[in-house]
Amino acid sequence: MTIPQISVFLENKAGQLADITNILSENQVNMRAISIAETADYGVVRLIVDDAARASSILLEKGFILTMTPVVGVAVSDTPGGLSKVLGVISSAGIDVEYMYSVFGQQEGQACMIFRVADTEGLTALLEENGIGTVTGESLGLH
Amino acid sequence: MERYYQKEIETADREQILAWQNERLVKQVRHVWDNVPYYRAKMEEKGVAPEDIQSVEDLHKLPFLTKDDLREAYPYGLLAKPLKDCVRIQSTSGTTGRRVVAFYTQNDIDLWEDCCARAIVAAGGTSGDVCHVCYGYGLFTGGPGLNGGSHKVGCLTLPMSSGNTDRQLQFMIDLESTILCCTPSYAAFLAESIHERGLRDKIKLKAGIFGAEAWSEEMRQDIQNKLGIKAYDIYGLTETSGPGVSFECSEQTGMHINEDHFIAEIIDPDTGEVLPEGSKGELVFTSITKEAFPLLRYRTRDICVLSRKKCSCGRTHVKMSKPMGRSDDMLIVKGVNVFPSQIETVLLEQGYPANYQIIVDRINNSDTIEVMVEMTPETFSDNLGKITEMEKKLVSALKAMLGIYAKVRLVAPKSITRSEGKAVRVIDKRKI
Repeated sequence: MTIPQISVFLENKAGQLADITNILSENQVNMRAISIAETADYGVVRLIVDDAARASSILLEKGFILTMTPVVGVAVSDTPGGLSKVLGVISSAGIDVEYMYSVFGQQEGQACMIFRVADTEGLTALLEENGIGTVTGESLGLH
Repeated sequence: MERYYQKEIETADREQILAWQNERLVKQVRHVWDNVPYYRAKMEEKGVAPEDIQSVEDLHKLPFLTKDDLREAYPYGLLAKPLKDCVRIQSTSGTTGRRVVAFYTQNDIDLWEDCCARAIVAAGGTSGDVCHVCYGYGLFTGGPGLNGGSHKVGCLTLPMSSGNTDRQLQFMIDLESTILCCTPSYAAFLAESIHERGLRDKIKLKAGIFGAEAWSEEMRQDIQNKLGIKAYDIYGLTETSGPGVSFECSEQTGMHINEDHFIAEIIDPDTGEVLPEGSKGELVFTSITKEAFPLLRYRTRDICVLSRKKCSCGRTHVKMSKPMGRSDDMLIVKGVNVFPSQIETVLLEQGYPANYQIIVDRINNSDTIEVMVEMTPETFSDNLGKITEMEKKLVSALKAMLGIYAKVRLVAPKSITRSEGKAVRVIDKRKI
């Protein structure tokens, strides 16, 4: 079970990110998670939103460059060592995490982390074997 | 007391110069007609025969040569001597697709070095000087030209070539260099380094001969003040020999063209018509002494003005102003010729759109070139590392094409203005 992520190209200049959030807000799209990776000149903003299909077509229409990537939402216990346990399992299996970031808020003592890996099915199966739950889009309020 | 390398030639009266030019031009046209089928065809097409050229007055009847001709005729099409008589080639800054290769006989080299020697003596050089040459050596004409001229004058010649500033300064101090030859931007950079390191008292420089790129009067003042020297301009192009086609004298009001070797004309770049003396237009050269690579009416694309006003230095050869611009889209960045079309080729090869913009600037006296490229869905990735990798690949492809580092700036799609008519491909912010 994967979650659709939208990655948008951002030039490093004032107001670029605000442009995106404004467009989403005007169109009643709710963001569930956001992360930004940047160099001195440009960046990539990664978004998890409630309606990825609609959000991406609106952004494309506005001329943004974007790509959709399936990512895995992992339930991480909101206690000391919670993330450490998950990462321990992933690294001993030799899986390379390209990047990760967290989802806003938590539910019932659990936080949700987004993981970007090459083999999403492999990661999901591995976590299941080790008793670590994955988070569905539905439980994050995604349609 | 003004000194000259070849006094009789450099101070010859107008009639004498014209007599040399007439005689040499007639001979040269015959030499080209007999040995260069490429140019002969051009003459035939225009209905001109060698007999039609009796003096400089007839020069305008001859067809022009352009960089396109040089490319089309590459490598041997404009060669006028058997290869066994040639001893050297030089080439323009390693730019694929735009390469120009020029050939030299030993006599061609001798005359070229004489021209450079005239420039060195005009800058005050004598056999007692230490001439520090940090133009690049190799295919580029800068190093070999000034090196040869320096030998002719009898200076102790330091063939430093470009780069490695620490070593440049070390030699400059230890060997007490008195004349510096390099690009004006490198001279400004060296001046800055000397100033910063507090070495001003340790250097013995008295003059500098700076060329291969455009520089302003402000830049000259800055270099002169920082180094305590007199800074002289020198002009030339690979197609006609290299540096030394013209050079500045103590008056510093333009560069004397070596008219015993080159006939200069100013034309209207649009119509090709010869313009009256004192007009601003495109500079055209005819080499009248070159044996191996004698170009007749070669269009330099440099825009300038010629002046025959009497010069206080005593030299009688016509003076050209600093080039004021180009009649094509060629840029000179760090002394290297750059065509926007070369950048376009690389972008298309690497899968980027042809909508780009080149921004040239001069920061701390050093030229910078930045290429703004629009991001595409194909080149975009959610992984920043992959984008950076593609960017690096583009930077090295540009370096391979241009021979110099160009910064790449990836920008949002459609953020480069698409103008209605002619696209604005180049923004040159340099104040030259």
